[in-house]
Amino acid sequence: MNWTAIRAIYAFEMARFFRTIAQSLISPVLSTSLYFVVFGAAIGSRIDQVEGVSYGAFIVPGLIMLTVMTQGISNASFGIYFPKFIGTIYELLSAPVSFLEIVMGYVGAAATKAMFIGIIILITSFFFVDLDIQNPLAMIAFLLLTCVSFALFGFIIGIWASNFEQLQLVPLLVVTPLVFLGGSFYSISMLPPVWQAISMFNPVVYLISGFRWAFFGVEDVPIATSLFAIALFTSLCLGAVWWIFKTGWRIRQ
Amino acid sequence: MATILSIQNLRKAYASGFEALKGVNLDIEEGEIIALLGPNGAGKTTLISTVCGITMPTSGTVTVAGFDILNNYRQARSLIGLVPQEIALEPFEKVINTVRFSRGLFGKGRKDSAVEDILKRLSLWDKRDNQIRELSGGMKRRVLIAKALAHEPRVLFLDEPTAGVDVELRKDMWGIVEQLRADGVTTILTTHYIEEAEAIADRVGVISKGEILLVEDKDTLMARMGKKQLDVQLTTQLDAVPDVLATYDLILGDGGWTLIYSYDVNAERTGITKLLTDVQASGLQLRDVVTRQSSLEDIFVSLVHQPEETG
Ligand SMILES: Nc1ncnc2c1ncn2[C@@H]1O[C@H](COP(=O)(O)OP(=O)(O)OP(=O)(O)O)[C@@H](O)[C@H]1O
Ligand SMILES: [Mg+2]
Repeated sequence: MNWTAIRAIYAFEMARFFRTIAQSLISPVLSTSLYFVVFGAAIGSRIDQVEGVSYGAFIVPGLIMLTVMTQGISNASFGIYFPKFIGTIYELLSAPVSFLEIVMGYVGAAATKAMFIGIIILITSFFFVDLDIQNPLAMIAFLLLTCVSFALFGFIIGIWASNFEQLQLVPLLVVTPLVFLGGSFYSISMLPPVWQAISMFNPVVYLISGFRWAFFGVEDVPIATSLFAIALFTSLCLGAVWWIFKTGWRIRQ
Repeated sequence: MATILSIQNLRKAYASGFEALKGVNLDIEEGEIIALLGPNGAGKTTLISTVCGITMPTSGTVTVAGFDILNNYRQARSLIGLVPQEIALEPFEKVINTVRFSRGLFGKGRKDSAVEDILKRLSLWDKRDNQIRELSGGMKRRVLIAKALAHEPRVLFLDEPTAGVDVELRKDMWGIVEQLRADGVTTILTTHYIEEAEAIADRVGVISKGEILLVEDKDTLMARMGKKQLDVQLTTQLDAVPDVLATYDLILGDGGWTLIYSYDVNAERTGITKLLTDVQASGLQLRDVVTRQSSLEDIFVSLVHQPEETG
């Protein structure tokens, strides 16, 4: 394992993040604050409590997940797409590194950035609502797993994309709807039975439910199912990455 | 000297089916500078990309200091530095950071003195804290070289290092390559400029349509360049060089209508007078006498623009 190379990639990617730290943080913090104002204050004043939790607090895990998933994907997909686009990928390909090491560097950095932003949002939410996190360790573990698995997913998109439109396509067309319909701002139990059944096919439901369980001890689906879902998603992404590595798909001609 | 890079029967067909390398064989000695000359699309970049791991070979083997580029890619690649043909750099990154990154990526620990040395050598030290986008084209090219040298490679590939570079900087580049040779670095460069090959290479290879047509010591080539040719055109067609003229090493050309005599312009006696006297004595009638100087350019052009007989 070429740890020096992994560290070099990681540090280089993080430097890009810190160079534009204001930009990187302002936008998620601002949009989170807006969500709190609109959903928490305006709508929340009409919804008393959801499953025993105040509505303002109830949406915090969903908001964090929403941001962390989109950030994980966009950071990782952009991180590997950019070298392809400007041509600096030649250096990665000619370096004595394995594909696994490249993945670890890029996905590690993208997951760190997403984690960082997730924690910032958590801190922001303390300014808006009273939060009492029941299971902080599980919360952190869930957050970390989500960051890593969505960064992996983003990495695959970045390898696949051959133009900027494609880079935006999957997050926009697939991920955002799944996240919004995944119970970020409501409990699945609030839906009519038919939609409840349909929601069970949405993988994001399991992630948000598990994450919310770590916060409040309430869940849409059993926590074990949530854990299984995220493990499955992560292994699917790992499998895809392994296949890309074996075939050199879209990287080495 | 030991062979540092060995390319055997290397073939590369792109996904489109196009065969860009058609069985290339090339052995490169440690410490030499070899120039690969070839027209656009000859396969120079493909050859370099395949050796460096950017594209996968279709068949054939390549070893670097004995390490196979596929099975022992870590050892092989850590010995190689690559300066690509196209400038590709992170526009917003600082010069020194990109060079440090390259060093780390190739598995070498951080060593500021080494990076400083390389940047100074390439006259980039004053620009170390500038963003890449603030540099001129020539400076960017030097940043690429600095990145390629950051991990102290033993073999350096320069893919058209002087394309679009002014005379001054071109001389600079040649100086850099000379200096690297003093450190024992083997350099393989591609170029369209014959004078560039003449100026810095020990050996010259000519590549066209995916095949190496010739690899020769530059001095041998230069010696050939110092030669002149005398074409003695005749009024009668010959089947063979007449016995009386056997001592001149003549070649029968133009389907028997011309006797070709090669001589060294620098020699005290060129032997032309004697030859012409003997030709006349043998009873042959002269139609015309032409002299030609063959240059590396001629050799190159005649190799590359051969009629397509091998389909
Ligand atoms: N990715 C690719 N897919 C298909 N064909 C390619 C690809 N890259 C190069 N080729 C083809 O392979 C041949 C050799 O290209 P290459 O870039 O190696 O030439 P070159 O000798 O470096 O030329 P130049 O002097 O213009 O840089 C060309 O015919 C080119 O069109
Ligand atoms: Mg080229």
